[in-house]
Amino acid sequence: MLAGAIRNVVGTAVVQTGRVKIDVPPLVENGNTVPMTVSVANPMTADDYVKSIHVFNEKNPQPNVGNFYLGPRAGRAQISTRIRLADSQKIVAIARLSDGSFWSVSADVVVTLAACTEEVI
Amino acid sequence: MASALINVPKKAKRGEIIEIKTLMSHIMETGYRRTATGELVPRDIITSFACRYNGVEIFRADLFPAIAANPFLSFFTVATESGKFDFEWIGDKGFTETASATISVE
Amino acid sequence: MRFVCTIALAAMLAAMRVAAGFVIPPLAATEIPPAERRSGYSFMTPDTKAIQDDDTANPGMLWVLDGEALWKRKSGTSDKACADCHDDAQASMKGVAARYPAFDRELGRPVNLEQRINLCRTRHQQATPLSYESRDLLALSAFVARQSRGVAITAGTDPQLEPFVAKGRAFFMRRQGQLNLGCTNCHNDNWNRHLAGSAVTQALPTGYPIYRLEWQSLGSLQRRLRNCMTGMRTQLYDYGAPELVELELYLMSRAHDMPIETPAVRP
Repeated sequence: MLAGAIRNVVGTAVVQTGRVKIDVPPLVENGNTVPMTVSVANPMTADDYVKSIHVFNEKNPQPNVGNFYLGPRAGRAQISTRIRLADSQKIVAIARLSDGSFWSVSADVVVTLAACTEEVI
Repeated sequence: MASALINVPKKAKRGEIIEIKTLMSHIMETGYRRTATGELVPRDIITSFACRYNGVEIFRADLFPAIAANPFLSFFTVATESGKFDFEWIGDKGFTETASATISVE
Repeated sequence: MRFVCTIALAAMLAAMRVAAGFVIPPLAATEIPPAERRSGYSFMTPDTKAIQDDDTANPGMLWVLDGEALWKRKSGTSDKACADCHDDAQASMKGVAARYPAFDRELGRPVNLEQRINLCRTRHQQATPLSYESRDLLALSAFVARQSRGVAITAGTDPQLEPFVAKGRAFFMRRQGQLNLGCTNCHNDNWNRHLAGSAVTQALPTGYPIYRLEWQSLGSLQRRLRNCMTGMRTQLYDYGAPELVELELYLMSRAHDMPIETPAVRP
């Protein structure tokens, strides 16, 4: 599922590892709300910029997390959000650059259940 | 009802890279949860977000159920001119919300 | 989800029994010395602390903003808004949440902040009370409590409250439920150990109503207490029950002198 979702974005292009960084706690406080920052080392000029960042997960019911569209006006290729992780798993972030190349990184996250919850709705 | 919290610097120097933070009130129901009697709770999420700077789109995002409730999004842009940021959230069940913020660039 | 907690607790108790080599010792019932008290904030990871620290990124603030709007909205047959009597909340409500639950003369017992808001509605606005955990009631209590941020907690010092604090303390110390567990077993005797992946905190409610990551929503102290009771496998009290208010009162008095953090973020 993860591979298919990635293929939908990159097609048959080669995805190189590097240049992208995921900031996410290795052991999350709660899988319902996990702060995540993805950044790409890139000058962000008119000729050399990050077009988009795509985030995927490995074990949620759905492989996509979010797609973020930047451009030369962004100044810095960095986005932050909060995501949901159903289980301990790998997150993958892929950046598409203006020259058509794809760069990726993955991060392993450990997710535990909360100890004291409540009755189901 | 206040639905959104926006953080845009009020002032910036021309060419300065600024951070924009947005927080929108929304349950982001995944569509995968079940009630105690086993019925599926239907999906109800924000599916897209866009930010325009004096009318020009500078940032856009596709959101999926894996984005946590009350979605928080932070991104960057170069302060080029004084003016207005317009934010728009669109989602399931005809959800649409807008917000705006002004900036003075010297 | 509940079974995870049950198994985790049972395993922990069994492990203690094995390690000790004898039957679990009688209730320790020693409260945490004031100098060792730490807010639940200090047990969180830096990422979660960062969510609470930034008012523009703290989801609890969405309810505070709603509350600010509700504060000015006319209600009931009196057609009055909170603001009509209480003016600017920043001034009039400062310190209020820090001394709640407080004694209500007419009822002759303590009421919590949510109940006080509803009493204002019925007694002074001639409006219907808001349901517990409703968006409006949470928004108003978050807005009011936010005005006490940084103020030291003084709840429970009123001499009239003494018998009620004692009842709350007795509840906290009492073994109960299917696991024969008392709140004190975790929150006095085993704080800073872990239950499953979660840190056991000291049960000091400095930031209510909180944005709990588990709920993905803002909620009251009573909602959190009912979660604890579910985990302890004991009978839940209804929202607004006097036993829950007494427990709230005792817990707030445990946090005496600590600053209010509303709206706090907690896992």
